[in-house]
Amino acid sequence: MSIFVDENTKVVYQGLTGSQGRFYGLLNREYGTQVVAGTSPKKAGTDVEGIPVFANVADAVAETGATASCIFIPAPGVKNAVMEAAEGGIEFIVVITEGVPAHDEAWFYNKLRRDYPNVRLLGPNCPGIISPGKANIGITAGHIAKVPEPGEHAVGIVSRSGTLTYQALYELKLNDIGVSTCVGVGGDPVPGTSFIDCLEAFEADPQTEAVMMIGEIGGSAEEEAAEFIKTKMTKPVVSYIAGVTAPPGKKMGHAGAIVSGGKGTAAAKMDALRDAGAQVGNNPTEAGNLMVEVVRSL
Amino acid sequence: MDLFEYQGKQFFASFGIPVSDGDAVTTVDDAVAVADRIGYPVVVKAQVQVGGRGKAGGIKLADNADEVRTHAGNILGMDIKGHTVEIIWVEVASDITEEYYASFTLDRSAKKHLGMLSAEGGVEIETVAEENPDAIAKIWVDPVDGLTEAQAREWVAAANLNPGATEGAVDILQKLYTAYTDGDADLVEINPLIFTPDGRVHALDAKVTLDGNSTFRHPDYEQYDSSQVRDERETEAHAKGLQYVGLDGYVGVIANGAGLAMSTVDIVNQVGGKPANFLDIGGGANADVMAGALEVITNDPNVKSIFINIFGGITKGEEVANGIVTAMGRVDIDVPIVVRLDGTNADEGRAILEPHLSDALMMEPTMVAAAEKVVALAKS
Repeated sequence: MSIFVDENTKVVYQGLTGSQGRFYGLLNREYGTQVVAGTSPKKAGTDVEGIPVFANVADAVAETGATASCIFIPAPGVKNAVMEAAEGGIEFIVVITEGVPAHDEAWFYNKLRRDYPNVRLLGPNCPGIISPGKANIGITAGHIAKVPEPGEHAVGIVSRSGTLTYQALYELKLNDIGVSTCVGVGGDPVPGTSFIDCLEAFEADPQTEAVMMIGEIGGSAEEEAAEFIKTKMTKPVVSYIAGVTAPPGKKMGHAGAIVSGGKGTAAAKMDALRDAGAQVGNNPTEAGNLMVEVVRSL
Repeated sequence: MDLFEYQGKQFFASFGIPVSDGDAVTTVDDAVAVADRIGYPVVVKAQVQVGGRGKAGGIKLADNADEVRTHAGNILGMDIKGHTVEIIWVEVASDITEEYYASFTLDRSAKKHLGMLSAEGGVEIETVAEENPDAIAKIWVDPVDGLTEAQAREWVAAANLNPGATEGAVDILQKLYTAYTDGDADLVEINPLIFTPDGRVHALDAKVTLDGNSTFRHPDYEQYDSSQVRDERETEAHAKGLQYVGLDGYVGVIANGAGLAMSTVDIVNQVGGKPANFLDIGGGANADVMAGALEVITNDPNVKSIFINIFGGITKGEEVANGIVTAMGRVDIDVPIVVRLDGTNADEGRAILEPHLSDALMMEPTMVAAAEKVVALAKS
């Protein structure tokens, strides 16, 4: 099994006719994802290498039965794109776009919670989600992830960082460990899907036997995840936190990655995770090696 | 983007929040001219983006032109915690009955806007939070609903302000919320928010941080971007569109992706070195971006060696390697470079780098090995 998306998930790409949307939409289709539609108000009725383009998400859903959307719309249009997807009947919305204003994120997060409680939002500013061998929605290089053999122990990955997610997938592949699903929750202040949402889903997924969690400085998502791990999780968790030596008050690339007022430090996050029974690596490779030991001892 | 106090006050004033009459100046003569215009007594305030101005002597009361001349002369050019004062704000002095605190920021955990209001203003809110947390009245505002007048009134009542300040506070808090949301701020803070003997409530200070991602709908924010406090390296990197943060070490760091860049900085520290910077070149890692990154790094005289840490995802190893080789041909580099290249087509990429390897360009297979090498080179 996998979480959130699988081989049956039909996806509409909002912004398919733009350069990024086209590039990744076609790569995702090549991987095996059911890329059933694209949207563009000005290019409705055309197609992108056989993928039909509709005027809006509602039309795409009506014609293709899409249940997921992947948004490559530039930041100024993301708020409307997210609402268009929810109103159009989409259940799983992935926002790859970076640079979305925090006030927009806070607004559509709460709007979805209230008016579309069954819709799951992933991102903004995330690499997307991949269930290896089944579906790849977003910008992850699919071949880095090992498809788990039938009956094989598989690891779930949840991460705030793109390249560190790739690094984790790669370390596991080098050690011949398959991945059930890898979720990039993104580096922004208001992520639609949290670490806890993913941990909960991995705990319930029969195929996933251990979870790799990659965090970074800023906010308190890792501390909240640690509390969840401590009280609700039976599966082993291995973690890595980036930004141990980041100076306070400086945003380290991601809008969410900032230590302010003594809060959000890597040390506090690592302590909370260790205290919750998770194993914590000091660098990505060490975390990978810890996971190898965990999987071999299963 | 952090605003100076005077910019914050102008920002507040544009949303109808009462602030003292005043102006920002850069010379003693202009300071006197402003004081003469607005009337004495005035306060002369250093404009630096760091706390503790008052204790450092950066805020002075002046009763006449001579005193303005003296204080402005002393404060301009003053060093406050490493920040040189280049601008001063001269404003009408205010009589104060009570000092309050008010702010809005995003509560990332609750995913709602958090308003904080306290009758104990004028001191650092962290201190109040630690010593007397009950003195801070908090309100969580759902961004979809916004802040209603009834909520603001209830909130003010909970903060136990002087009853005479209620109407003024309710009005200012609603305007502050509008400034926070419509102005796309990460933080708006008034400390102190003052209650005057004649019954007015008014912002005596302004701390504002704007969301850099919102500039597409606030073209006027460009003026704030150009007045950000950056060191020379950060200014150059910013002009090249690079995600760069200056640090105080000697190992230059280039990586792709914010997480990997942070991780690289960590590893350099872990093996006993000191990174000179954080630099994320993003996913592409082509020759132009790499050359720009190398230029910024090599212009830093403290850099003794450079660590290029790239993990290829969609971008293939060959493209990254060609980018590095081309960039090295374009930029004059006199410190050794250690490359760690992994991910998609890493072997092909390494094969491209192989013939170029020398004392000036080295390659290591893992992050840790590369970090150890680059730190050893910097120290030798």
